[in-house]
Amino acid sequence: MDQGSAAGTGGTFISLSDTEQRCYSGLYALCQPDSSGKLAAGKVAELFRASQLPAETLHQVTEVCGAKRLGYFGCGQFYVALKLMAAAQVGLPVRLESVAGELPLPVFVGIMNELEMRYPNHPSTNESQPHILGSLTGSAPRPPADRPVLRHPDTSMDKQEAWSPPRSPGISPPRSPSAYRSYPYGAQRNGTDTLLAHDGNVPGRLSVPQENSSPSHYSLKLQSEHPVITCVASVERLVERAEIDYSDEPWRITEEQREYYTNQFRSLQPDLNALIMGTVAKNFFTKSKLPIPELSHIWELSDVDKDGALTFPEFCTAFHLIVARKNGYPLPETLPATLRPGFVEPGVVTVPPSEATEPLIVFDDKMMPGANQLEMGSVDLQMTSRPGVTAKQDTRDESRKPEFSPKRIPDPHEKPIQRVSTLKPDSPQELDANMKSRTRPRSYSSTSIDDAMKKVEEPPTPPPRPQKTHSRASSLDLNKLFQQSGQGSRPSQHSLSAKSGWLPPPPALPPRPPATQIFSFLPGSEKSSQKAVQQPNFADFSKFREEDSTLRHQGHAPQKPVRRKLHPESESATPPSATPYSAATLTKSTQRPPPKQKREIQMAIRKNRETNAVLTRLNSELQQQLKVVHRERVTLESQLELLRPVAST
Amino acid sequence: MFHYTVHTSLDVVEEKISGVGKALADQRELYLGLLYPTEDYKVYGYVTNSKVKFVIVVDSSNTSLRDNEIRSMFRKLHNSFTDVMCNPFYNPGDPIQSKAFDSIVSTMMVQAC
Repeated sequence: MDQGSAAGTGGTFISLSDTEQRCYSGLYALCQPDSSGKLAAGKVAELFRASQLPAETLHQVTEVCGAKRLGYFGCGQFYVALKLMAAAQVGLPVRLESVAGELPLPVFVGIMNELEMRYPNHPSTNESQPHILGSLTGSAPRPPADRPVLRHPDTSMDKQEAWSPPRSPGISPPRSPSAYRSYPYGAQRNGTDTLLAHDGNVPGRLSVPQENSSPSHYSLKLQSEHPVITCVASVERLVERAEIDYSDEPWRITEEQREYYTNQFRSLQPDLNALIMGTVAKNFFTKSKLPIPELSHIWELSDVDKDGALTFPEFCTAFHLIVARKNGYPLPETLPATLRPGFVEPGVVTVPPSEATEPLIVFDDKMMPGANQLEMGSVDLQMTSRPGVTAKQDTRDESRKPEFSPKRIPDPHEKPIQRVSTLKPDSPQELDANMKSRTRPRSYSSTSIDDAMKKVEEPPTPPPRPQKTHSRASSLDLNKLFQQSGQGSRPSQHSLSAKSGWLPPPPALPPRPPATQIFSFLPGSEKSSQKAVQQPNFADFSKFREEDSTLRHQGHAPQKPVRRKLHPESESATPPSATPYSAATLTKSTQRPPPKQKREIQMAIRKNRETNAVLTRLNSELQQQLKVVHRERVTLESQLELLRPVAST
Repeated sequence: MFHYTVHTSLDVVEEKISGVGKALADQRELYLGLLYPTEDYKVYGYVTNSKVKFVIVVDSSNTSLRDNEIRSMFRKLHNSFTDVMCNPFYNPGDPIQSKAFDSIVSTMMVQAC
């Protein structure tokens, strides 16, 4: 295909400037020239219509350029026609003379999109815009002679894919930062000034015609890109077409790419802050038809926190690596600085795609210090970059909880604690890319011990509580009992006088009171016997009888043996004065006050027995708790011993 | 030549696991002294929660490593192994081809010598 710098029709030569030349050649290619150089009439007609010139003018153009005569549009005619249309759009009459001078490029609404499409049979739908974009920019570094080569990827564009964004940065390095940056932000650009500045650098760049068009086209394209990005057929097809020419910044994710990755992420996981699980990501990336070891390596590089799931920045990194690999770039051994999540943070958070170039500039500025920080790889900086990720960490941890063992839950809390202690000895040994990953496993391994310790620590606290309750309860009971027993014991000891009616004897007496009773009775009996001896028996008798009757009425059987036992005691207590009657009286007398005392004493005894029972129960429970605590203590000590060597290393 | 040793040590590991009902993930699960008095090497074992066994064979000719060091080595091994396992493209049972894992292991071994 010739790109003559002059187009001749009927002997007139029109000189084309570089820009015009490029534009026209692009348009020419768009119109499907066949082998002889004739253009498809349909495409030409479309193009003409897109120029938004009145039909009359178009006819004039056709006539003037000589196509009417020839019956077809050859290269020369086409170029002349374009020039004429440019003139017409400016307002000049459609004459050959008007095209002699400098003219801006003709504006073709809608056709510029097609122009970028360079798609032979594709209708001018918006969907193919990014393809156009990608193909054109991808082809930019190539000399125009390679245009047929470019057609090849174009044909494969039949399958609508949104992988073109990865290709778009394919503009060669001097262009890519500026052109690519300015491209999506064409709305902000100041017309042709920047374009002309670029033009000198890039001969034959087809991207220039894009830039030469009005900014409105760009906004059009931008808007139309978005729906395209959302429709993705398969990862594989997308990557096939990629012919990116990365040279100095292959690992930098551009805005379009990020946007595309965002949409891909959303297709897998609607929440941008959530994780994509490993299996999901695996299935997705396997579609890229990369060999599994390479995918495994990519995963290792991109999953910096080694959690088996991808956050959004990790996902972008992985995707980007896959794209690069597909385009023939060897996988790096370590994660490039520009791809690290900490680096990515500012871009992702702050730059929406439709903003001015200024955010991009900010982005770049942030990149460098971020990259430097990351490359330094110090603990502090990583910890500071962590806060940027902590929000994701929190959500990540929450989402991880159901999937991973509970041992990992305390990780975020323990990371800062343990990182400081454990990173330092290991940092010189380990790769930068793995430093963050170290924290999690480290806490993981010690989490088990910490968890065990925590669990062990927890049980000790409950035991004191029941103890308290026990003690409280016991104290209450005991207090009550003591009060009662105290009350009971005192009157029994101060036998005769202090009798109150508070001792209704309980129906069931414990059957073994003899010792206590005897003991309590002894002083009582001694006193009573003394008193009985001293005092006349009448009173005692009466009392005794009353008591005896009451006692007998109540039927306290044990008192009989008591009395019997008292017999020898009383007899022994009072051997010299032991007449049968006196003995009887003595016994009776001793028995009479004792019954009252007995009752009280028995009450007291009962109460004491109850308290004893309660206390024994309490004692046994406490003993059991003590055993448990002992066991816990032993385990704690053993764990402590375990930990000591661990902590020392 | 170490494969034979490792295989025999596996038997001892199994024996130890089956015997003790508690603390399966005990880090000092298997510390053998000398397997064979004639051959001067020590075999240390370690079992994870998922019954994955790590075996370290250490030559006794160099100054014998302390227990703590062995434990730290096992811990690092365990950490690296979990990192490898996290990779969804890695199928358990495959030989580990992770370069990061290899680098960590080799670093550790160099350090031990």
